[in-house]
Amino acid sequence: METDRKDGRTANQLRPLACTRNVLNRAHGSASWSQGETKVLAAVYGPKAGTKKNENPEKACFEVIWKPKTGQIGKAEKEYEMILKRTVQSICVLNVHPNTTTSIIIQVVNDDGALLPCAINAVCAALVDAGIPLKHLAVAICCSLAESGHILLDPSKLEEQKMKAFVYLVFPNSTLSVLPEESLKVRGEPMEHGLITSFTHGVMSVDDYIRCLERGRAATGKLSDFLRRSLQSQVQSDSSKLG
Amino acid sequence: MAAVNGSSDLSSEMEVDAFRRLFPLRYHEYHLLKSVRPDARKLGSARDTTLALGAVASADGSALAKIGSTTMLAAIKMEVMTPTVECPDEGSIAIEFHMPPICSPLVRPGRPAEAAEVISKQLSDTIFSSGMIDLKELCLVGGKAAWMAYLDIYCLDADGALFDAALLSAVAAFSHLNIPVVSLNDDGRIVLVSEDNVRGKLEKEPVNKEKRKLKLNSPPFSLTCILHKNYILADPTAEEESIMETVVTVVLDSYYQLVSLYKPGGPVLAHTSVIQDCVALARRRVKELQNVLNEAISDMEVD
Repeated sequence: METDRKDGRTANQLRPLACTRNVLNRAHGSASWSQGETKVLAAVYGPKAGTKKNENPEKACFEVIWKPKTGQIGKAEKEYEMILKRTVQSICVLNVHPNTTTSIIIQVVNDDGALLPCAINAVCAALVDAGIPLKHLAVAICCSLAESGHILLDPSKLEEQKMKAFVYLVFPNSTLSVLPEESLKVRGEPMEHGLITSFTHGVMSVDDYIRCLERGRAATGKLSDFLRRSLQSQVQSDSSKLG
Repeated sequence: MAAVNGSSDLSSEMEVDAFRRLFPLRYHEYHLLKSVRPDARKLGSARDTTLALGAVASADGSALAKIGSTTMLAAIKMEVMTPTVECPDEGSIAIEFHMPPICSPLVRPGRPAEAAEVISKQLSDTIFSSGMIDLKELCLVGGKAAWMAYLDIYCLDADGALFDAALLSAVAAFSHLNIPVVSLNDDGRIVLVSEDNVRGKLEKEPVNKEKRKLKLNSPPFSLTCILHKNYILADPTAEEESIMETVVTVVLDSYYQLVSLYKPGGPVLAHTSVIQDCVALARRRVKELQNVLNEAISDMEVD
């Protein structure tokens, strides 16, 4: 299982994570999230009154605006917007603010691979910062598959291009609950093993995909711990400021 | 239908059509309980699929695909271009998916529908990453001339599973594609040879006498499923898509390799067993679609 990575990481090792919330003054919620050299800034405005056309007014509605680092928004960005919107809708409680629209703006600061997962993590932190009611958090990860069948987690841009396939996966974060563990299981599997979003690129066998799922799941445990820790520490510092 | 519910609520005294409009989710759930869908399909079966090749006479390759009432018209136009410096011996393919206002009440004229752009992107991702077409085959004269294939897919009737129908029509259009005959003229430029000249005497030898057909390596086929509670519904209609929101699209090539597994969010979480069930349904569907495609091709050859 020896695979050489340019930056000396092991196959399962993620790049250093960093998350800061409340980075923008005017936004209702904002966060910046970086994984190695990939960095994304997310801002949340809303909920504002009224929904857009063709949306269900009985539910809260979301709009996602993706701003690339340079240039115009293309088809790839439109697709990212759509995936992000559907992912956010599936983790938010939509009945609390019916007939409202919440805008989410993503600004890519630097793209060095695993851009969409990074953006999803940033949006999640920004939604918490804005106080939008959520069912649970979502954590996203990129798994890439080498010709030889090795799986590398969280690839950089160079690695992404060399690989034969890569997968973006989004899972719910692990829950802390007073309920007994058994009652939280869905069909014998814990809730956080269920896939929210999947996006693949390149051809692979079905078994390889399932292996990616397992690896991704294992890694998101660490990611969700990190997310929880970074959210908690800031909640504490916020409350001490108030006091 | 109303009898199932019986007692407490309105449904016992309401007409079926009214109930369907007022409580669409409950209407569908009653059906699902009995393992059947409102259009009398089983949960795992897809709608009738038909394919007609050569629907557009003026295009170099075309196909009309129907899955249930979802209708897609795909046509390919070939043009000669100068290849790029990076890939001098490769042609290229431009894929565009259109949703004109005729296809659905949700699409308005003017700005292109958001869904259309996303499906365009998905289609080109799938077609390029499946390696169905070897771009080197589109080369005419290395570094000088290559084919540019413009593939346009029009959605005529959007009744769910748009991507599946669009991909089927795209694959069919490529398998129907007849590359026009071209020859080099005295100035060293590529010119089209008209059909009459091909049979008659030729001043110049055509450049691509043998390569009139593209070879398709393991064409991809897809199946969209809806996840709702513990049910998996294959090949949803537009009504089902609007009521139950979690959609999974599985694309497999002819060797059952996974080309794409696409799940954009949705309230239902997909566990490994569910994913495997979806893949199993997709495998069955690939066989069906291969038969549909082969039949359409052999029908074409008889004519």
